[in-house]
Amino acid sequence: MQKYSVFNLIKNAFSKHQDWDLAWKDPTPKKEYDVVIIGGGGHGLATAYYLAKEHNIKNVAIIEKGWIGGGNVGRNTTIIRSNYMYDDNALFSEFGMNLWRKMSQDLNYNVMFSPRGIINLAHSDAQMNVYTRRGNSMLLNGIDAVLLNREQVKEIIPMADFSDNVRFPIFGALMQPSAGTARHDAVAWGYARQADSMGVDIIQNCEVTGFDISSGKINGVRTSRGDIKVKKIGLCVAGSTNILAEKLNMTIPVETHLLQACVSEPVKPVLDRVVTFGAGHFYISQSDKGEMVMGGDLDGYNSYAQRGNLPTLQHVLTEGIAMMPFLSKLKMLRTWGGIMDMSMDGSPIIDKTHIGGLYLNCGWCYGGFKATPASGWTFAHTIAQDRVHKLNAGYSLNRFNTGHLLDEKGLGTKTWIS
Amino acid sequence: MLHIKCPHCGMRSQNEFAYGGDASVKRPELNKEISDLEWDNFVYLRKSLRGKHLELWQHISGCRQWFKVQRDTATHEIFKTLKANEDI
Repeated sequence: MQKYSVFNLIKNAFSKHQDWDLAWKDPTPKKEYDVVIIGGGGHGLATAYYLAKEHNIKNVAIIEKGWIGGGNVGRNTTIIRSNYMYDDNALFSEFGMNLWRKMSQDLNYNVMFSPRGIINLAHSDAQMNVYTRRGNSMLLNGIDAVLLNREQVKEIIPMADFSDNVRFPIFGALMQPSAGTARHDAVAWGYARQADSMGVDIIQNCEVTGFDISSGKINGVRTSRGDIKVKKIGLCVAGSTNILAEKLNMTIPVETHLLQACVSEPVKPVLDRVVTFGAGHFYISQSDKGEMVMGGDLDGYNSYAQRGNLPTLQHVLTEGIAMMPFLSKLKMLRTWGGIMDMSMDGSPIIDKTHIGGLYLNCGWCYGGFKATPASGWTFAHTIAQDRVHKLNAGYSLNRFNTGHLLDEKGLGTKTWIS
Repeated sequence: MLHIKCPHCGMRSQNEFAYGGDASVKRPELNKEISDLEWDNFVYLRKSLRGKHLELWQHISGCRQWFKVQRDTATHEIFKTLKANEDI
């Protein structure tokens, strides 16, 4: 594989950039693999990459029904953070933050990681208390957290509504300065390119139609492009988890819901942080192209449609305008939707299953993008070693039976309530 | 915008309704001995498939009745609405 560097850029300029290698190949599936990853999203691609890099397992295939980067890795709002209170979530996410910081060098691909900081606004004394507690928990786990008062917030984001008679006045905020954003497509493409260069087969337009299981063990997978013999399968399909679980006669404590995001027309640089509204569910950042990238609540009913509905979008943007009134002047450029694997306690599952050789990675709710490297790293470990790593030990499938739930938001099992 | 036909009030816009999730979940009977696993399954497991889905909605800005809706989770087409005590 050609290295992406300034020297290769100059060298290829002489041939008018016609001779670059393809970033990844388009192979025909082989008859047998050591590991098959189902789902060519960010998590699946990262898993294959870390299987090859950390565990020297290179006879790996990624099977993707559509095209890589066409699912949630290309549909999110690119926010990366580790501002969690519970140890399991905090340590897992902070491990991921360290992978994000060196990802561009690691993958030889500019993922445009931009640690611009995230500001969670508080709109009451009670919320300031909650954020103080969360910030202290973060500090204890070695994560940076800064509590800001109203004046400090005003200095950083003067365009927010600090006027007198507002329904939700800004009392202060919790900031994680090291949080930020990254170019989501580049993350998928960077992982795909490196995994491919180490021998991983990326097989697109290939649908899983069934599984070959005998005496409780995985023997193979049936696909629209032929049967594949394999002893280990990693299931990494986010919102489609239930569709494949049905083929495995399993029921997973995950519901599939629809989440929308949108971008405004591009404007000059105005917002250099990620900001979240504390009196509802709304988050915003500005992309390098100048678009305001926004998102918020689920549409609120089970859905596999990758497109949204207007009432929720209106509700979310009303919150946005309450927080930053200038948004009302902007035209909307694009809206889109993705399907979320909402788990019953809001935390993910990365675990073995009762079927030998079948590993499960799902339940990311709205937080899958930031977890891409840590999820891939721990899932690769779980598959290669056939045991969970201490970082994903809390993300067990049987916690719903043992009672060790990780309900970070305290929302319970009604995932559509936000 | 979904248009949902409340079995009591007729066709109304989605904004009048609140969602209640999978309508096929059955609470274990009172005073009957059940295992922890059965209870866990009642609390945490729901049907969430692509295609026809029977679900609960409440006409929260109307008659406030709970009722059942059969809806396609891929196309959002609503096939049928029923009163809470009716079966499909």
